[in-house]
Parts: sequence; C-alpha cells; structure tokens
Amino acid sequence: MIYLNLLLAFLKIGAVSFGGGYGMISLVRETVVSNGWLTDNQMMDFIAVSESTPGPIAVNMATFVGFSQGGLPGAILATVGVILPAFLIMLLIASVMRGFMKRKGVNAFLEGVRPGVVALIMSTAVTMGLTLLFGVGEEKLRINVFGLVLLAVIAGIAIGYKKIFKKKISPIFLIVISAAISLIFNLIFAIS
Amino acid sequence: MSKGKMVLTLFLTFLKIGAFTFGGGYAMIALLEEEFVGKRKWLTHEEFLDIIAIGESTPGPIAINSATFIGFRQAGFFGSLFSTLGVVIPSVIIITAISLVFDRFMEFKYVQYAFEGIRVCVVYLIFTAGLRMFKGLKKKPHSFVIFSAVAVTFIAFYLFGLSFSSIICILVCGCVGLFVYAYESIRKKREGGAER
Repeated sequence: MIYLNLLLAFLKIGAVSFGGGYGMISLVRETVVSNGWLTDNQMMDFIAVSESTPGPIAVNMATFVGFSQGGLPGAILATVGVILPAFLIMLLIASVMRGFMKRKGVNAFLEGVRPGVVALIMSTAVTMGLTLLFGVGEEKLRINVFGLVLLAVIAGIAIGYKKIFKKKISPIFLIVISAAISLIFNLIFAIS
Repeated sequence: MSKGKMVLTLFLTFLKIGAFTFGGGYAMIALLEEEFVGKRKWLTHEEFLDIIAIGESTPGPIAINSATFIGFRQAGFFGSLFSTLGVVIPSVIIITAISLVFDRFMEFKYVQYAFEGIRVCVVYLIFTAGLRMFKGLKKKPHSFVIFSAVAVTFIAFYLFGLSFSSIICILVCGCVGLFVYAYESIRKKREGGAER
C-alpha cells in the first residue's frame, strides 16, 4: 500500500528532522533507498531540483518523492506527512506551551541533537561523494576524474565569489554553472 | 481587521512567500521579517527572533514552523492552518508540474550530461551547508564528541554496507544531551555542597 507507506515514512521524517531541509536529507535518503523507491543518483537530481525551485526544500523533496511513487495523491500525502508534525508541535507551543522551549531539559536534548544532525548532514555528503567519485558501494571501485576536477572548480568558484563579493554564492547559480561545465565537457569529449 | 479577512491576508501573504523564496527556509527568514516586522508590524523584532529560535529547535521545515506560529498568533487555529497551506501550495504545484515532465526530460542525452555535473554540485552544497552549521555549533566538549561519534559511525556503516537509522541516531544524541546536562547539574550541586 504505497499511499500509506508514503504518509507514514514522511510523518516519521517530519517528526525528527531538525536543522531544516538539509537536516532531512539523510532521513529521506535512507527511506527512499531502503524502500527501493529511488537510487542515490535520482535522489541527488531531486535535491538539485528542490534547491532550484521556490519553497521550502523539505516540502519540495516530499512532493517530488511522493509524486514519483504515487502520482498526485502520493505527492499530497508525502507533503502532509512531512509538515503535519511541525504544524502540530508549533500549534501546541503557540497555544498552551509558551514556556516549553525555555525548559532546561528541552534545551539539553537539543544541544545533543544539533551536533548529531550536523554530523549526519556532512557524512551524507561525504558518502554521496564517495559513491559518485570513487564508486564506493557499487560493484566496482572507479575514479571519476571529471567529477573530482569539477568539485575543485565548484569549490574554487564558490570561495572566490565569497572573497570578491563578500557574500555567499547562490546555490542555484552554482548548480547552473556545474550543469554548463558538465554539458560542454561531455559534448567536447563526445566529438573528439 | 475581521478574523476572516485576517485569515485571507495570512493565506495570501504566505502564498507569496512560498512562491517566491528560493533556497529554502533560511532564505525565507529575511522575507518573513520584511513582511511581518517591517511592513505589517504584526511582530516586534524580538518576537520575530524568538519565533525563528523556536522554529530552529522544533522538528520540521522552519518555513512551516514560522507560518504556523505567526498564523496562530494573528488568527488562531484557522490562521495557522491557512498560513501553512499558503506556504506549501506553491511548492506542491510547481514540483508536481516538474514531475510530470521530469522523466521524459531526463531521457535527453544533454540533460544527462548536465546532471552529471549537477550531482557533484549537490554533494558540495550539502557538505558546505553542514560546514556552516558546524561553525555555528556551541563550542562544548560534548558537542564535538557527539559530532565525531556520529560521523565515524555513519561513514563506517556506509562503507561496510550496514543499514543506519538516522532517527535512532537523532534520539540517542538527544538523550546524550540530557545525560550530560543531568550529570553536570548533579556535579554542580555536589560542588556547591562541599563549599558550604
């Protein structure tokens, strides 16, 4: 029963995803890969699209995964799942538990959760990178030379931009640049 | 403003925010502040910072957290419901529209070429988002212990092909936080007792 699975999976994700859209990525990745809904590569494509379209990344991701598995009803159920816990918790805090967040226990719990979530985000990136660039977890190890060079170029552009303009480069701009470089490189490679 | 009109205003305002903010929750914060603190003066700057702090400390997308909270403050339950719907509807429409053509779009060779590069960029974006959050962590010893333990476990599990549960991991981290807090307060009490 795909609809029920989508709703429950995203309810679970919504209930424990601290740290915004990126905090959710490791949870979504586990869910979609273990259920056989998406591959790692498809997941990265979805993240890129969710990042480049308006709206909260978490909602975009949920809609995207939901639609891929169950069409429009799937999209709506996954989205409802991901927002419902946040909605109910905030409703409680806004109405009857104004002082809840100031409790010391809540604060102590969150101080444990935060470094854990940051570690999850960075490790997710590292393991995605290992798979993408070195084929870790696939049948055969390989070295994706183009990917490694591109990663260095992207980092160079982002850091250079920050040095010159004193602000963070827009992720969408960075995605467009990467797409263009990759397209040009592949076309040249295909011709020669 | 009557309650019905307030609900409508909230819905339309959040619809606009949902449709025009790129880059997720944190980009949304600037827009929310401009709208509710600057233009409409429904919230003071302090209240707004409180809402963001609560949003960051509760699970779920921060955009949803703030929409629910601001909506409730302005117009009760229906305010929060329609604010949340407003912020979500543009995403659902846009992503559904993209999903309808995405598979066919991905069949083009040129698109595949472009996405090969985009995936590398996504890895970079996730890593640097984590890095920025890492810099914002409170510099406490147990933060670094938790961070290292989770990172090492996650990557080791991945390398050995074991399944890892982020949910359990997050809950365990929270319990470690509680444990450290309990331990520190007991120790403080004892030290306080010894001094006397």
